Amino acid sequence: MANSPEVVTQKYTAKDFTSDQDVRWCPGCGDYSILAQVQRTFPDLIQTNKEKIVWVSGIGCSSRFPYYMNTYGFHGIHGRAAIIATGVKVANPDLSVWVATGDGDLLSIGGNHFIHACRKNVDLKVLLFNNRIYGLTKGQYSPTSEKGKVTKTTPFGSVDYPFNPLSLALGSDATFVARSIDRNPKHMQEMIRRIGQHKGFALLEIFQNCNIFNDGAFELLTEKETKDDHVLVLEHGKPMVFGKNQDKGIKLDGAHPIVVDISNGKYSKDDLWVHDEFSDAPVHAMILAHLDDRPDLPSPIGVFRQVIKETYDEGIKNQIDKIIEKKGKGDLEKVLFGSNTWEVA
Amino acid sequence: MSEIKEKEFRVVTNVTVRFAGDSGDGMQLTGSQFSDTTAWIGNDLNTLPDYPAEIRAPAGTIYGVSGFQLSFGSEDVNTPGDLPDVLVAMNPAALRKNLKELKNGGVLIVNSDAFDQKNLKLANFESNPLEDDSLSGYELHQVPISSLTANALEGLPLSPKEVARCKNFFALGLMYWLYDRPLKNTEDWIKDKFKNKPEYVEANTKALQAGHKFGEMTEIFTTRYKVEAAKLPKGIYRNISGNEATALGFLTASVKSGLPLFLGSYPITPASEILQYLSSYKNFGVKTVQAEDEIAGITSAIGAAFAGNLALTTTSGPGLSLKTEAIGLAVMTELPLVIVNVQRGGPSTGLPTKTEQADLLQAMYGRNGEAPVCVLAARTPRDCFYMAVEASRIALKYMTPVILLTDGYLGNGSEPWRIPHVNELPDISVKFRTDPERFYPYLRNDNLARPWAIPGTPGLEHRIGGLEKADVYGTVNYDPENHDRMVKLRTEKVKRIANDIPDLEVDGDEKGDLLVLGWGGTYGSIKDAVNKARKSGLRVSQAHLRYLNPMPKNTGQVLKNFKKILIPEINLGQLAHLIRSEYLIQVEQLNVVRGLPLKVNDILEKINSLLGGGNGK
Repeated sequence: MANSPEVVTQKYTAKDFTSDQDVRWCPGCGDYSILAQVQRTFPDLIQTNKEKIVWVSGIGCSSRFPYYMNTYGFHGIHGRAAIIATGVKVANPDLSVWVATGDGDLLSIGGNHFIHACRKNVDLKVLLFNNRIYGLTKGQYSPTSEKGKVTKTTPFGSVDYPFNPLSLALGSDATFVARSIDRNPKHMQEMIRRIGQHKGFALLEIFQNCNIFNDGAFELLTEKETKDDHVLVLEHGKPMVFGKNQDKGIKLDGAHPIVVDISNGKYSKDDLWVHDEFSDAPVHAMILAHLDDRPDLPSPIGVFRQVIKETYDEGIKNQIDKIIEKKGKGDLEKVLFGSNTWEVA
Repeated sequence: MSEIKEKEFRVVTNVTVRFAGDSGDGMQLTGSQFSDTTAWIGNDLNTLPDYPAEIRAPAGTIYGVSGFQLSFGSEDVNTPGDLPDVLVAMNPAALRKNLKELKNGGVLIVNSDAFDQKNLKLANFESNPLEDDSLSGYELHQVPISSLTANALEGLPLSPKEVARCKNFFALGLMYWLYDRPLKNTEDWIKDKFKNKPEYVEANTKALQAGHKFGEMTEIFTTRYKVEAAKLPKGIYRNISGNEATALGFLTASVKSGLPLFLGSYPITPASEILQYLSSYKNFGVKTVQAEDEIAGITSAIGAAFAGNLALTTTSGPGLSLKTEAIGLAVMTELPLVIVNVQRGGPSTGLPTKTEQADLLQAMYGRNGEAPVCVLAARTPRDCFYMAVEASRIALKYMTPVILLTDGYLGNGSEPWRIPHVNELPDISVKFRTDPERFYPYLRNDNLARPWAIPGTPGLEHRIGGLEKADVYGTVNYDPENHDRMVKLRTEKVKRIANDIPDLEVDGDEKGDLLVLGWGGTYGSIKDAVNKARKSGLRVSQAHLRYLNPMPKNTGQVLKNFKKILIPEINLGQLAHLIRSEYLIQVEQLNVVRGLPLKVNDILEKINSLLGGGNGK
């Protein structure tokens, strides 16, 4: 609720969201695309009162993001972006609070804050720049790196299994879970628009290429020759079709997703799994989040799940309002001179 | 009523009582009820709850004993008393643990029902001390508290376990009779506490009244005691603990500043109560976030400070360690933030429920880089209120984190407090920056404070964070000259707070042979020791630091006026270290780290030995 909605005569442009700071990511970094898509999308999303936008980040390449946005910004310490942002949002629920973070910042050192922000449904819009590597510390494996990853700290290959960020978010009851890819600007813009419209904890995972330390991590999903066979674009209410010639689909066999050919007459679109973003059961989105586990299945992008429920900041505000309504506004003198007093004359 | 006349009243000026029993015996409740009633009838008092970290240790064991000591009197009472005059022991373990502290000839009231073979064995008694001669040096009163309680509650629809639970009210009723206090306060409290359980109201009230009546009827007690009301300054009073006073201080700061209060905190002994109290003031718009961990507590508060709330985090020693990095962030972003540390015994988990002046050096220096913060310390339970307001005032005025140190003894302990009116308290209103004209996030005012420009203000969009800031502009800057300048500016800002705080006061002569210098919760013990030393003719004065960083401007001058300086501390000399390095002078130390307040007598003996006097007796 705006206090005094300003009469806007001119729509914001991407330039209004661009700060005067030089962008200092490596040339060719996927982060440039994310910044560009945000700056392009914001004029549609934010029509008035851009002073209500706050970008919060932690530490890492992704976390320099707030410096490049001409909005309020807070560059925090490692891992704490989501909880600093929680403080901002609870202090002033009128603000629109965005978080820029990476796989190390959000899922390693910041893992605890992440799951609790999901659980509490804090109204935050979180952009996870997932490049599956530590960039700013120069090339160590991350909690989303695949098992066996050879890096400076794992010269013989990593032995730990990676996190699946979307599965973790769904398991922690995040109310909006989506994914996009740095090399698909149109799709990313759409996802940024969607996340901006959601009220509640929203995670947008963005597959982002680190061309210095993990180049080509998402090659299959971005290169012209392979991407159509490896990416499944989720659309609400539509059957799950993919492939260069739109000839493949996902069919649900019990809880098992299988790929079927819909070009040879054995199966048609009617046999396919129809995507339902608003499904009551989190299990459908969870199955989608785990398609990546199997090399024979495509990686979904789009909105996996969206649920509407009271947010944490609303909950706090509503409770305060209700108690004030019931008890009346606090009277300090009354509290200080509460019960069990006596007078010394 | 006829029995009362037969019993002699003895008037005394000061009594120290200790209640001791199993953790499940309700000794903390008994002690706090006795304290509230005692305060209410006008005695001065000071309390020391002393309980184990375990919630319900096995019944009858020595390590499960919970105690509550209070000292009350018709004259100034500054400490909970060194040694008790009266010990109420609900079982053999409580006797075993506390008897060595009871004064020679002291009054000993025991629940004789609890002295069975099993409990005696658990308390390592080879023979029953009630039957051998070992207690002959005390005024022993054997009261079968359990069975008398059961008799009194006969016919009530309660299980034997529920009946047994009422015995602390019997003991309390007896103590009310012995010290001539009214039952009404506790009766009202019982009514309110168990308003949904009328059978408990009846049972506890009956037990309380039975204890009182027992005193009147029994032959065991021939003497009652009268402690007249203390001569306190005029005003309305209440009994208050340090943790409640701290909470009320911040509530007051919120009202006086006109800013919503935001507390991000994680429960930790002995600080949790502040979070609990503040959580109940929702109708003041107080927002409490029970965070997922200590780091989340402080970082959520930093976010709230950025967004324009009066932001606060509360913790105890190990929690402060976890918040270390975030305090540095608050220093770098120059946001107002108050961090409360209710200190406890350390290192590591240490002694969670015991007091210690454990973290002065951690508060001063426990951060990476040159990260100066303002450090304050409350000296009595009621002083926690004023220092909480003061910590908020300084944080808001200077845009800086402030660490407020209290401790387990101050937090849990209580004393009477003359309640101030809201209009007597300082105005601490703040102005947010709203004018975009010549706005720079790090352009400083005369106090070197930067402007507080909160998100939502049109035209002031800016970015801050943990990277070094360009002077004035606040953008990221790695220039060597700029860093040198900013490091010095941040330090100078905190130093200048010294212009805005009261001088260090000397209690006693401004010049003399010895100054006893202290900080924090040792104030009462030092005061009593210094008063006694002075009465014996020694030239001793007291000074107590409530501002540790920066220290009051006259501190060096005060120290110079004395031949010797003694610094008693419940640590190995943390203030002594600061004083030596800041003022380049010799200081004497007294360091006792027992998890308990310093004993007046220990300080007195040290004073005497330094001044070549007697043995403190």
